[in-house]
Amino acid sequence: MTLDSKIPAGPIQEKWDRHRFDLKLVNPANKRKFEILIVGTGLAGASAAASLAELGYNVKVFCLQDSPRRAHSIAAQGGINAAKNYPNDGDSIWRLFYDTVKGGDFRAREANVYRLAQISSHIIDHSAALGVPFAREYGGTLANRSFGGAQVSRTFYARGQTGQQLLLGAYSALMRQVGKGSVQMFPRREMMDLIVSQGAARGIVCRNLVTGEMESYSGDAVLLCTGGYGNVFYLSTNAASCNVGATWRAHKKGAYFANPCFTQIHPTCVPVSGSHQSKLTLMSESLRNDGRVWVPKNPQDKRSPEQIPEEDRDYYLERRYPSFGNLVPRDVASRAAKAMIDEGRGVGPTGLSVYLDFSDAIKRAGESAIREKYGNLFDMYHHITDENPYRVPMRIYPAVHYTMGGLWVDYNLMTTIPGLFCLGEANFSDHGANRLGASALMQGLADGYFVIPYTLGGYLAQAKLPKLSSSAPEFKEAENLASEKIKKLLSIKGKKTASDYHKHLGKLMWDYCGMARNAKGLKNLLSQIPEMREEFWKNLALTGSGEELNQALEKAGRVADYLEFAELLAKDALHREESCGGHFREEYQTPDGEAKRDDEKFSYAAAWEFKGVGREPALHKEPLSFESVHLAQRNYQ
Amino acid sequence: MKFFLEVWRQKNAQSQGGLVRYEVVGISPEMSILETLDVLNEQLLEKGEEPIAFDSDCREGICGMCSLVINGYPHGPEKASTSCELRMRHFQDGQTIIIEPFRAKAFPIVRDLVVDRSAFDRVVAAGGFVSVNTGNAPDANCILVPKDVADKAMDAAACIGCGACVAACPNAAAMLFVAAKISHLALMPQGAPERDARVINMRAQMDKEGFGHCANEYACEAACPKEIKVSNIAKLNREFLRAVVCSDK
Ligand SMILES: Cc1cc2nc3c(=O)[nH]c(=O)nc-3n(C[C@H](O)[C@H](O)[C@H](O)COP(=O)(O)OP(=O)(O)OC[C@H]3O[C@@H](n4cnc5c(N)ncnc54)[C@H](O)[C@@H]3O)c2cc1C
Ligand code: SF4
Ligand code: FES
Repeated sequence: MTLDSKIPAGPIQEKWDRHRFDLKLVNPANKRKFEILIVGTGLAGASAAASLAELGYNVKVFCLQDSPRRAHSIAAQGGINAAKNYPNDGDSIWRLFYDTVKGGDFRAREANVYRLAQISSHIIDHSAALGVPFAREYGGTLANRSFGGAQVSRTFYARGQTGQQLLLGAYSALMRQVGKGSVQMFPRREMMDLIVSQGAARGIVCRNLVTGEMESYSGDAVLLCTGGYGNVFYLSTNAASCNVGATWRAHKKGAYFANPCFTQIHPTCVPVSGSHQSKLTLMSESLRNDGRVWVPKNPQDKRSPEQIPEEDRDYYLERRYPSFGNLVPRDVASRAAKAMIDEGRGVGPTGLSVYLDFSDAIKRAGESAIREKYGNLFDMYHHITDENPYRVPMRIYPAVHYTMGGLWVDYNLMTTIPGLFCLGEANFSDHGANRLGASALMQGLADGYFVIPYTLGGYLAQAKLPKLSSSAPEFKEAENLASEKIKKLLSIKGKKTASDYHKHLGKLMWDYCGMARNAKGLKNLLSQIPEMREEFWKNLALTGSGEELNQALEKAGRVADYLEFAELLAKDALHREESCGGHFREEYQTPDGEAKRDDEKFSYAAAWEFKGVGREPALHKEPLSFESVHLAQRNYQ
Repeated sequence: MKFFLEVWRQKNAQSQGGLVRYEVVGISPEMSILETLDVLNEQLLEKGEEPIAFDSDCREGICGMCSLVINGYPHGPEKASTSCELRMRHFQDGQTIIIEPFRAKAFPIVRDLVVDRSAFDRVVAAGGFVSVNTGNAPDANCILVPKDVADKAMDAAACIGCGACVAACPNAAAMLFVAAKISHLALMPQGAPERDARVINMRAQMDKEGFGHCANEYACEAACPKEIKVSNIAKLNREFLRAVVCSDK
């Protein structure tokens, strides 16, 4: 199959408008005849569900948590970008587009990114209309802050809880439709399989997490809005339930997986403290607006931070990148922190952290101003570390945070399976090899509020979909397969728990496929994953049954998926013999240690086709051309 | 550190439950109570016993999923903290810690420490929104919101929907949760057009779900991890009065 990205013709500014005109429309009276299945209620899923139901479609929505409001989007802290140019500081659609393509290290599709920048302003308008309490100036207008990778202030925020407030906005719109009966909500469900019938996605099989029953749902299109796979590294800033399950099952049914090795390590997280730690906590990038990152100049300097005078400190980001300073993109900041630690200049009890210091900002603006901006983040830090960041500098370290890779989608957000769409972090579309801060919220809501309502209609208006009932044999077969897998997991009765395997896998991934990668390490990793997978299926410890709420069983299923998926991730990382964005191959760097792309050979999105577990996947390339932004080495100096 | 955990075990909604005593060792002070339960669960699994079911997801105090009553306090004795944020350094080595689910008629137990809080979603579906379809919005700066108003609205909107207020209330009332949403939207100009219907419908649904009545105990405020103030309840009551008495509908 050849990849057709379906990028509309014409100048980049006009592509989306033309495309919206060219897309066929579904007659309003016919919309209610279509059944749309949406998996996931994060920003992408909730906004899509509400918007499609408002248009008249019949919508069924599924999520893992007990309530749609608890999707992982709730945890996003710092903000959401939009090209409003309210501060009058030189922003424009073009600049947001440019920054995003450049920030992504030229591995994103220009047409998608341009559309994202165009739509960005409408997201703020709509969210404000839903009652989202954005931060305001004294005159009542919306406030902005700066984020990494940009020299303008285009980030809108609601204290340190921007994701929460945007998600609650989308959730309220979703619940309004639930109240009206146009959306049926199915919480505590896990998608186990995708049903493909006569070449099109026509349904899903879910496990009811409370009763353990398998349930079949048929529909005319399926939207996967299931978030990212950062937890393949075990420790990450993601919520515990984040998983690759839904997209991986779809991948096995024919959806190509693109750029899995593009993973983002966030520079400012609370450092690891012990072996029982279940997650890493992000300290929002917005903190780099006012915090200054430093380490002691001398590796032997073991004084406490307040005793180290100015001249013995190395504000290494300001030193190395004078024009962006503390606001360089995430991949650059993370690697710089790693370099300091590799030089032995890390601080704290483990030596695995650097300082993020607010004393200058507190002196300049006063403690109350800092509290107002970041109060909840400072409290969170205090809760975790028992240290007061108003008095002593925070200690931070990079941690896995976001995954740019995901299911390959065309301009319409449709995967390689007709009728299967993928939105939000789960797809690969807009961020290339590195996502800029405050752009994931923008993308999730753009996909759900403003892209899918058009492109889904375009698909349904021309698709010929015969009736398919959820009692069709395809569904029964998938239900049986899913039940058998569960029985198999429960019958192993081995010695090691799913968490043991998960931790072990995560450590290997972090060591060999984390902030820096090389061919030798990746090959080593690739030889270990299949062994671990084999052992898992022989020695897993699991109790209880499949006919009840069984959280250990859920966990085991997700780890089983990670043990397959990790191999694809590592293969992708090995095949991409260049450094770009979050993918840093030690063999390919400039003399001063920056990522060195190879545009000649790797200016493409790598879309992988599943050929069987443990079998070599097939690589398909979507060539990327840059007509509007000129290819250049990123320079933040 | 070493602890004795007395944990509520209950197979499912129908069965009888009871406290079971466990010992856990090798706990460090910076671990959370949920990580302590993780350690215990790993031990149980390795022994072939069924682990303790409990809800959690973000583990950083924002998703509202975790829901433990710890030594009699919803989310534990620490102020302004969720269960997942509660670190073991707040307990004494060798202490016994009693862990139970949130209890309320409107929150039936699903298993062990897991409860069903879908009543909250139904209360929101009854009116906790602004009816604006995607595509309808004017430019965001067309509607000015004074900073102090936006700040107050944000204070109320910070509710994570955990239900600790219900679990803390002797009457299992949901007033603080509902009041937080009512206040948030009543303060924002965007919420004004539906102000009356919202408070009437959300209150009606709240009663229908079997939540109790507010008796001004203030236990909700003390338990709330996001420090939502009871003054919001006064605001809810004013909104309600306004809607039923002053409204010309
Ligand atoms: C701590 C943190 C802070 C962040 N801060 C920012 C920020 O300031 N700005 C920014 O732009 N971005 C930020 N991000 C990134 C951003 O929050 C996410 O990328 C984005 O919210 C993802 O939204 P989503 O809708 O794609 O998926 P999610 O919000 O992850 O939702 C996934 C949904 O899918 C469901 N699901 C998953 N698998 C299954 C399955 N198998 N069956 C059924 N349902 C399933 C889940 O239940 C959930 O409802 C942050 C991320 C983290 C971790
Ligand atoms: S008001 Fe407080 S205690 Fe009640 S649901 Fe909201 S956050 Fe939880
Ligand atoms: S697990 Fe999310 S608030 Fe505790």
